[in-house]
Amino acid sequence: MARLWNNYRYLILRRITQIGLLVLYFGANHWGWTILMGNLSSSIFLDLVPLSDPYAALQMLVAGAFLATDLLIGVAIITIFYLLIGGRAFCSWVCPINIITDAAGYTRKLFDIDRNQKKQPASRNMRYWVLVLSLIISAVMGITAFEFISPISMVHRGIIFGLGFGWAAMLVIFLFDLFILKNGWCGHICPLGGFYALLGRFSLIKVEHKVENCTACMKCVTVCPEKQVLHMIDKQSMPVLSGECTNCARCIEVCDDEALNFSIRKLAKTKKWESKNENNS
Amino acid sequence: MSENRPKTQKKEPLSDRRKFILDMARGVGIASIGGFIWSAFIDEATASGLLLRPPGALKEKEFLKTCIKCGLCVEACPYDTLLLAKPGDNKPLGTPYFIPRETPCYMCPDIPCVPICPTGALDKSSLVVDNKLDINKADMGLAVIDDEHCIAFWGIQCDACYRACPLLGEAITVVYEKNERTGKHAFMKPLVHANICTGCGLCENACVTEKASIFVLPREVALGRAGNYYIKGWDAEDEKRLENASAIKTTTKISKKSALDSLNDVGDLY
Repeated sequence: MARLWNNYRYLILRRITQIGLLVLYFGANHWGWTILMGNLSSSIFLDLVPLSDPYAALQMLVAGAFLATDLLIGVAIITIFYLLIGGRAFCSWVCPINIITDAAGYTRKLFDIDRNQKKQPASRNMRYWVLVLSLIISAVMGITAFEFISPISMVHRGIIFGLGFGWAAMLVIFLFDLFILKNGWCGHICPLGGFYALLGRFSLIKVEHKVENCTACMKCVTVCPEKQVLHMIDKQSMPVLSGECTNCARCIEVCDDEALNFSIRKLAKTKKWESKNENNS
Repeated sequence: MSENRPKTQKKEPLSDRRKFILDMARGVGIASIGGFIWSAFIDEATASGLLLRPPGALKEKEFLKTCIKCGLCVEACPYDTLLLAKPGDNKPLGTPYFIPRETPCYMCPDIPCVPICPTGALDKSSLVVDNKLDINKADMGLAVIDDEHCIAFWGIQCDACYRACPLLGEAITVVYEKNERTGKHAFMKPLVHANICTGCGLCENACVTEKASIFVLPREVALGRAGNYYIKGWDAEDEKRLENASAIKTTTKISKKSALDSLNDVGDLY
């Protein structure tokens, strides 16, 4: 039991926050709770504090919409929050799609689909292309381009306000991740993830690797949904600096050697690492 | 096996420069495909001719770019009138709307759906009169009567829509007319006044015919437009538009000659 907790503690906590937030939002619409009203696009916390999706606001800005004060306050709060706890912490701790893509990833492993298709046909930088494209389309068409196709909002809104054919979006993402591309949606395409990855480069909470404890078992790399961020494993003691790390902490809990843990980033030190890396390359 | 056939030559590996150019071209190509499909989809998915928005909503084009699709207005509505468009509704995804025949807008005096909007897509200032919210300023649509199927136009007495109207006797009035068919009865015909009707849909909800014979349409759909070249000569306010008016001269093929010459010159006809 203790071992179970040790190996899955962050996963359990993540599922609790993901599902807990959904329950709070659901309760607001169905039972009139006022703890967290709205949805992930924009909410009101405790009947007072506005919270808003900064990427949606960015699309509104380039589409030429007027940005209201409440919206800007909400955007500022969310931006500062994810600057502190890690940009893509949204992806692994809040986003409901994460549950679907994690399930697809687990199924891939279960049926050895990973070993059958070793080559990944797409670049993980695609999400930044999609991000830029969404802003171009928003500007040209005067509309928030991603918000009208986002499966994240479709599913999240669906759970709170009624799903309609939203289940099809869930199934499409599951099958895409299962058969077409490993970590396909979250790790390659999602522009919201791309946006938070850019934000997360500057975030305060990072996973840190201690090379002296590492036994090079590579369990962390196997379990990581964004393997490229763990390039320092068994090579160098340093924090995971890439914004693409989702702070999901799977690497921390699978590590039996205390070689990985959360740390608060020391800004001065980080600079040193960055310049060192530049010199190496 | 012929010995003299030339051996297939091995191609030289691509130069870095060519590789770079090809990779860039591929990226731009894929982005264009994605961009056009994406844009086309959005263009279709945001076409919403017959959709009733909550009170205070901006003009549809502005509304679509400003609404963040959070559903706070839907949650604030005490009558569950407002719905959030979901996949399969064939309406712009995630935006609020209502169907009056199912649940109309009950015109709450405090308009809870509007001040809660974080983006101003539901514009509070459009509903303020003397520093107070006034739901009667709402402009969600306009009630339209199908006089073919409205039974009041048949001569059967019905004033369900008139009674249901929250602006009783203002937005809908009853016009009395002699019923020539019987010779001794009156028609009591409902008449909607476009400048007062808010489009709440209580009339549509109350209509007794199987399919409502009075129904709310978005104003842009329900109303025509006379064009600015018609001026009401009997209306002093409207006549003011003449003050800064200037003549518009259009030159066409026949306006090369003077009007009289052009009319007299009928030679080509015979």
